[in-house]
Amino acid sequence: MFSQPNKSKPALKPYGKYLLITLVICWFSLLILAPVLGMVRELFSAGLKRFFTEVSTPEALFSFLLTLKVTLIVIVINTVMGILLAITLVKHQFKGKLLLEGLIDLPFAVSPVVAGFMISIMFGPNSWIGSWLENFDIKVVYSIPGITIATLFVTLPFVAREVMPVLKQFGIESEETAYILGANQWQTFWMITLPSIKWGVLYGFTLTMARAIGEFGAVLVVSGNIINKTQTATLYIHQEFTDFNFAGAYAASLLLALISFIILIVMQSFYKSNEIKL
Amino acid sequence: MRTFSPSILLQRSLIFFYLGILIVLPIIAITAKSMEGGFQELWSHLVTPHALAALKLTFGTAIIMVIINVIMGIITAFVLVRYEFPFKKIINSLIDLPFAIPTVVTGIMLVALYGPQSVLGAILHDNGIEIIYDKPGIIFALLFVTFPFVVRSIQPVLMEMDQDIEDAAKILGASNIATFFKITLPILWPSILTGAALSFSRAIGEFGSIVVVAGNIPMKTQVAAVYIYGELESNNPQGALGLSVLLLMFSFLILIFLNYLKKLSGKEHIV
Repeated sequence: MFSQPNKSKPALKPYGKYLLITLVICWFSLLILAPVLGMVRELFSAGLKRFFTEVSTPEALFSFLLTLKVTLIVIVINTVMGILLAITLVKHQFKGKLLLEGLIDLPFAVSPVVAGFMISIMFGPNSWIGSWLENFDIKVVYSIPGITIATLFVTLPFVAREVMPVLKQFGIESEETAYILGANQWQTFWMITLPSIKWGVLYGFTLTMARAIGEFGAVLVVSGNIINKTQTATLYIHQEFTDFNFAGAYAASLLLALISFIILIVMQSFYKSNEIKL
Repeated sequence: MRTFSPSILLQRSLIFFYLGILIVLPIIAITAKSMEGGFQELWSHLVTPHALAALKLTFGTAIIMVIINVIMGIITAFVLVRYEFPFKKIINSLIDLPFAIPTVVTGIMLVALYGPQSVLGAILHDNGIEIIYDKPGIIFALLFVTFPFVVRSIQPVLMEMDQDIEDAAKILGASNIATFFKITLPILWPSILTGAALSFSRAIGEFGSIVVVAGNIPMKTQVAAVYIYGELESNNPQGALGLSVLLLMFSFLILIFLNYLKKLSGKEHIV
């Protein structure tokens, strides 16, 4: 990029500039900050002690633990599959590649409720996969495997989409050199490819984590929302809200928002590292 | 240079298996299910007054949201790229907050702020303005969850853009506003459309924040995704199929459109 010397004029006259800046700050405060502060205020008007009692009920603890478990499984599977997908799509040529590229974006575009519905139809007790799995006593719909599959679906594109541009930019010269020098495929992957895509992987990883923790629609449809059995953190919040226990909903929401906020900060540090690398 | 080694074969079959189970088969499953009763029946579930009202509400609120979001997104991206001001860093890093916050939490936050129990909500109510359980709530929720899309699509293009052409226009006597509309905007166009399409696609399918903010009032605040959920909840999957297939087809269309934009701007990365 060119450095801009002083010769460039300001883009707008000062009053126009200050008007625009004020507009952006106001819009941002109204749209993003006000709701966050509103919730914090509502919660603390009930007292801090209430917060801790609300988030430590057995149902709340169970739901947060379930979310944690599902998120861990999903992160592991989708990080591995995402890297594999990115490598296959960037480095290999084969028939149907374009279709595959389009397919992996689909979870971004599909409504979570429709995603949950599709998965319920496919694995439901009336479907052939569902009835086949029932022979082995595996239940997908209204149980934890279904929640996991729904979360896998909605988070599928993140790692692949973050790694692909990095891989493309990186090229294949270093890998070819490694081959020529006698490294096998595994060694090349671990010592050359993975370090070069590290930040892309980590950024996709945090996006996957944030979405997995926060997924609601798809999980709600698939899980059946059974308290202390298939109720994840977001479902618990919704339940408290519909039961008019607002303090409980605010407390669990604030906890989840805090977790998201921490993920966001980590995410941005990865993103910056990624930018520097590029 | 590469031969078809067993490890590549394994990789590829693993990927096809994974995508097959997770994406392709569910699509086939829902398509097959919707065709079970024939096209006539699917259509009859789509044209019920409730389903049509939900569809109209979904597209109506999404269009209003996109218009506001595009205008504010362009201004926000412009200000963040071109100007220095206090809190710039904080705003820039909090733009992505809506991506990180779970949608249900978004809904709860909006209720906490504008709900009838809050100070602000009570004042608004006394003046005859209802936000929660009404359309403004839906639009607020949509604006929140889609806020980053337009800004984040435009920002990199604006950063890479050569400011010399803007300067040239000004030296030749163009006003700031003329420069913006004749020089800057045409360059930003593909990225604006990308941001708008991403926001729109997200808005059409949005569920979590809306079900909390607007509730599930048929013909009034029931958007498409909430309608589908309502039908499933009341054990009527047949009734949910029509709108689900329609939304799915719409998702495909948006993806094709985004792909076209990607080619237009030569960018790899849309999200």
